[in-house]
Amino acid sequence: MRRLLIVFTSLVLLAVPAFAGQAPAGQSGFVPVDSLPPSEQLPAAPLLISAYAFVWIAVIVYLFTIWRRLNKVEADMRSLANKIQR
Amino acid sequence: MKAFGPVAVLAGLMLAASPFMIAGAPYESTMGLVQKIFYFHVPSWFAMFTAIAICGIASIIHLFKNSPRMDRIAEAAAEIAVLFGLMGLVTGPLWGRKAWGVWWQWDAKLTIALLLELTFISGILVRKYGGPGSDKLAAAVGIFGLAVVPFVYEAVNIWRTIHPLTSVVPTLPAPMAGPFWFCVTAFMLLMAALLMLRVNLGKRQAALDELYLALED
Amino acid sequence: MFWRTAWLVLRKDVAIEARSWEVLTTTLFFAVACVMVFAFAFVKDGKAVDDAAAGILWIAIAFSGTLALGRTFERERYSETLRALLLAPAPRPALYLGKLLGMLALLTIAEALLVPMVALMFQATLFSRPLLLVGLLTGGTLGFCAVGTLFAAMLVRARSRDVLLPILLYPIVIPVIIAGVRGTAALLSTPPDDATAIMWLGILAAFDTVFLTLALWTFEPLMTE
Repeated sequence: MRRLLIVFTSLVLLAVPAFAGQAPAGQSGFVPVDSLPPSEQLPAAPLLISAYAFVWIAVIVYLFTIWRRLNKVEADMRSLANKIQR
Repeated sequence: MKAFGPVAVLAGLMLAASPFMIAGAPYESTMGLVQKIFYFHVPSWFAMFTAIAICGIASIIHLFKNSPRMDRIAEAAAEIAVLFGLMGLVTGPLWGRKAWGVWWQWDAKLTIALLLELTFISGILVRKYGGPGSDKLAAAVGIFGLAVVPFVYEAVNIWRTIHPLTSVVPTLPAPMAGPFWFCVTAFMLLMAALLMLRVNLGKRQAALDELYLALED
Repeated sequence: MFWRTAWLVLRKDVAIEARSWEVLTTTLFFAVACVMVFAFAFVKDGKAVDDAAAGILWIAIAFSGTLALGRTFERERYSETLRALLLAPAPRPALYLGKLLGMLALLTIAEALLVPMVALMFQATLFSRPLLLVGLLTGGTLGFCAVGTLFAAMLVRARSRDVLLPILLYPIVIPVIIAGVRGTAALLSTPPDDATAIMWLGILAAFDTVFLTLALWTFEPLMTE
């Protein structure tokens, strides 16, 4: 479950910049220019989206670790209570 | 713990609404779209510094009054500080990549922010591997971490740095200030909710330890 | 009573050290080895890169200081002498001060060896402003030892203390090291940049005040079991 979550998160994080940076297809020849046109210079949107996505993912992952640790404590409690009763 | 439900729900709702607030805010003249990372970046540092303050004060009380409850709060706040610090350290370079052209600068503010993050991670490590008595050690780390904070805050104003100054925040124009303070509130509520959740975990762990001790007797 | 206790602790440490010179010799050797390792990391075409001398000097001080801290308190742990000291009806901060003075003396000796060595091997003009250099070294060493002595003393009782000392110490003292390195680098530029060095000296003084006050304040509750 945890490994799956990590794989999924990294896929999302990797995919966001990759999709935004795709080149236009179907060109018949290359035309050199001195400087990159402003529209081509490192799009800001993927950075922005990654930043927001990271905040969300960090909170969710942290909540998940708390939930897991809490479950472990409660399980130990129960097994201990059983032991005491016996 | 009674306040947890409402705080958590409100934090969740505000955080969900924040992208719409931010989308409505005007673009910054020189940085454009990427400047909007600011609405998550700065509040995450606000939340981290609040967590550090809570951790530092709880550590002082634990150290002098030996209060296990304060120790749990300090432990929880240290973890929360690391979490929000991580958010700040990740969102910052994403902004820097566009605004400065590099992911990281060895700049006064960035360096000390990284140091603070490391300090609180070391506090967590000492609790995990220090064995008995490590709560006092972690308390000392919390206090020294708190002592470094004023330096971070002032660093950017004293040292030559390329990071935007702290004076950006109080001089925000109204259409930017609205979403900004909305996000700050959302992050503070989120921090409070996570803190309560983490303190509760500590409480259960302490109860478990007590049960183990009772069983041994 | 306070100063007398600190003095007695210092004298005790010096007397123990004078029997074997174990900590001093190993620290000095380690400091020299550190310089060698980092020298080769920063040498390009037979010459060290700019400001490398300042960095190497402070890295050597920090690393050998950590080693000395570990060894000094390991010695206290063997025969539980630290516990005995803490049981004595003496003001606790004075015990801390005594240990701190011992560490300072040890690192001062190490620096007396390191500074000329770095100056010679890297053609660094470290002695162009002797007073400022002494100020930076004193400020940096004091800040490092103030935190280091406190944490090393606390770690005497902890598990895996050898690993935990650098982990706890470095994040907190890195600002001190940075100030030392930048200040020393300012002295190395031609002509020496006095204004910058003095600014870093001021920052070091601020760190020292904060760290020393905090350490003296928290030593007593930290060492109570």
